[in-house]
Amino acid sequence: MSTTIASTEHDTQGGHGASHDDHPAFLQHHFVNADQQFDAAKMGMWLFLITEILLFSGMFVAYTVYRAWHPEVFLEASTLLDWKLGGLNTLVLLASSLTVALSIHYIQKGNQAALFWNLLITILLACVFLVVKYFEYMAKFEHGIFAGEGFDPHGVSHGVDYAKYNIPYAKQFFSIYFIMTGIHGFHVIVGIILMTWLLVKARLGHFSAAWYTPVELTGLYWHIVDIIWIFLFPLMYLI
Amino acid sequence: MSQTASAVHHSPKENYLNHQKTVWSWMSTVDHKRIGVMYLVTLAVMFFIGGMLALLVRLELLTPGVTIMGPDTYNQVFTMHGIVMVFLFLVPSIPAILGNFVLPMHLGAIDVAFPRLNLASYYVYLAGGALVLFGLFAGEIDTGWTFYTPYSSSASSAVLFLTSAVFVAGFSSIFTGINFIVTIHKMRAPGLTWNRLSLFTWSIYATSIVQVLATPVIGITMVLLFFEKMLHIGIFDPALGGDPVLFQHFFWFYSHPAVYIMILPAFGVVSELIAPFCRQPISGYKFVALSSVAIAFLGFLVWGHHMFVSGQSVVSSVIFSLITYFIGIPTGVKVLNWVTTMYKGSIWLKTPFLYALSFLFLFTIGGLTGIMLGVLAIDIHLHDTYFVVSHFHYVMMGGTVVAAIGGLHYWWPKITGKMYDEVSAKIACGLIFVGFNLTFFPQLILGSQGMPRRYHDYVEAFAGLHMASTIGSWVLALGLFVVLGCFVHSLRRGKPAPSNPWGAATLEWTNATSPPSPHNFVTSPIVTHGPYDFDAVEEIFSGDGASGDGSVQMDQPPSVAPSSSAS
Ligand SMILES: [Cu+2]
Repeated sequence: MSTTIASTEHDTQGGHGASHDDHPAFLQHHFVNADQQFDAAKMGMWLFLITEILLFSGMFVAYTVYRAWHPEVFLEASTLLDWKLGGLNTLVLLASSLTVALSIHYIQKGNQAALFWNLLITILLACVFLVVKYFEYMAKFEHGIFAGEGFDPHGVSHGVDYAKYNIPYAKQFFSIYFIMTGIHGFHVIVGIILMTWLLVKARLGHFSAAWYTPVELTGLYWHIVDIIWIFLFPLMYLI
Repeated sequence: MSQTASAVHHSPKENYLNHQKTVWSWMSTVDHKRIGVMYLVTLAVMFFIGGMLALLVRLELLTPGVTIMGPDTYNQVFTMHGIVMVFLFLVPSIPAILGNFVLPMHLGAIDVAFPRLNLASYYVYLAGGALVLFGLFAGEIDTGWTFYTPYSSSASSAVLFLTSAVFVAGFSSIFTGINFIVTIHKMRAPGLTWNRLSLFTWSIYATSIVQVLATPVIGITMVLLFFEKMLHIGIFDPALGGDPVLFQHFFWFYSHPAVYIMILPAFGVVSELIAPFCRQPISGYKFVALSSVAIAFLGFLVWGHHMFVSGQSVVSSVIFSLITYFIGIPTGVKVLNWVTTMYKGSIWLKTPFLYALSFLFLFTIGGLTGIMLGVLAIDIHLHDTYFVVSHFHYVMMGGTVVAAIGGLHYWWPKITGKMYDEVSAKIACGLIFVGFNLTFFPQLILGSQGMPRRYHDYVEAFAGLHMASTIGSWVLALGLFVVLGCFVHSLRRGKPAPSNPWGAATLEWTNATSPPSPHNFVTSPIVTHGPYDFDAVEEIFSGDGASGDGSVQMDQPPSVAPSSSAS
């Protein structure tokens, strides 16, 4: 941790290629050098991601508890979820994790065009995820499967008689499903907004090999969104 | 050591209070010191609201039967007292006010790592506070501060505001925690090793870890409770197939660690108060420092002690009870080391030290009664009685609030650049100590005799003790108003403060003026000694230690030109 030995003078190596003797424009006044600023930002982001994991862990606990109490209901109710669409979304998110990692890789090399295109592909993949999710939700709503009070499965489609899923605690399964995937979906939307903002800044040439902190941080965030889905998918759709 | 000796120091022309004067310059400031002051004012208002509600509760209990309000109003008043005091005052209190002001200076830093996030967390807190106050007036929340289901899931829909408020205020807490952890890791001045961190810094560090790890859980609990009420999802409400005990687990998984969010910073403040006024380094520095971290982690493993009568399994009750005893060990380590620090010290009975002594006395009662409540069999008897109420007031009010007021006196000269009147401050301290014990000691007896908490009425036999407790609450309130008056008087008439009136050895006293310059230090400090090396103060900082180098160099052009951008 070189940053803790902070020098008061401005003759630092100027990490990330900052020129000698002057403050790069991105360096905030309370940091000694760019390395310190980057390390601090990254550590802050990691701490924030820990809070995200804990936020979801509360819901995973609720899932585990109800599953342990009513394993047969959860098994039964989960067959209503389409594992093919869930699997498709898993692949989509994995691909987007790759492209966001590539965008960081390229800006570290100073390749602004590749940064732009990889960010754009990531955003498009995130949108694909949401569109698939939308169709999944709609297929459920159509048959009276809601979170909570409105829960009233009915109708037949693709040879599935929804009415027979009107069993005690199936409601809890779908409440947890909608809330967890809903909050996850909210994180996807936040990710899209952040990456669109990055896209604009990338277009304007704000990022360089010397300064790409927001790209790195958003990338970390996006990986967490992806990882949470990796856990959600098997728990909800497969087992 | 006397204040007059150092009063000759010319006060700096420009400091963080006067270098910009507009209201907007305050509202948009990213200076940690100004944000600390804004928190101080805001939290004082919250404390006033919560305190008034407390006085109403006590007034109702002055005599048996209806004294000033009926049972429904009473339920709402004690609920709002709890919510305002816990979520809007105690949780932010010391970290937000003193942590913001002091922590970066203890580290020799210009600011916290993320100054804009720091300001954002203030406004997020304000938004949470506004939601609570709106709920207060929208009315009819009588769930108690714990929001237990099915009370909360069947109460008025104003609960929705309160759950949102707790969720929002939680973000403020998380932001502050993240900011402080990163600041402590990345912003330390040259030479400031981990072994030279002040104990205040260590305790803020431990607190921040708890804030980051625990707060998201109350966040998701409140989200689920929100949906329970909005959509009836059936997770917590037994009428819908949900499990109320699950809610209690979720709630206490946050709210027990939250107790340490509230008390750990107070431990830090007390260390800062005891050392300079005994002129001795805190004995067992490493034990005191690491016990904070130990408490932070053990604090996550004891939440079940709130649920001994909830129907959780006996095995888990036994385990939770055992770990609750364990957590008494690092706490005891601290108290013993503070007392040992006084032994053979040159004790200087100034107001901040009197508060530290009050803290030791009151917190010890709070801590020991806590161990008693952790004993399974005894807890069955005492559960939900005034014994519990008294226990956590001894910890939260006698511990956190007394330490916070003591810390405020200690850092007041640094924050405002003015001295306060020592005599009236000491009188206030005495009134608070007497009033506090008169209020809460009778409650220990009431509880052991079976007076249940949250009851609006009581049998004739309890009348005497209840009346004593209510009279005590008036003495306590009087003491707090004298503190307020003393501070207001200091702002208007107080003598200018020297840069180091207490001869302390931490950087905010030795290397900065009172009040500090906008960038804290004229030159970035290079740390060569520990936070309590009082013998070093004299040689390093010349004279009696009351002359920090900050004010001396003020007339010279700063060797580091502060960047003009205020970012
Ligand atoms: Cu507890």
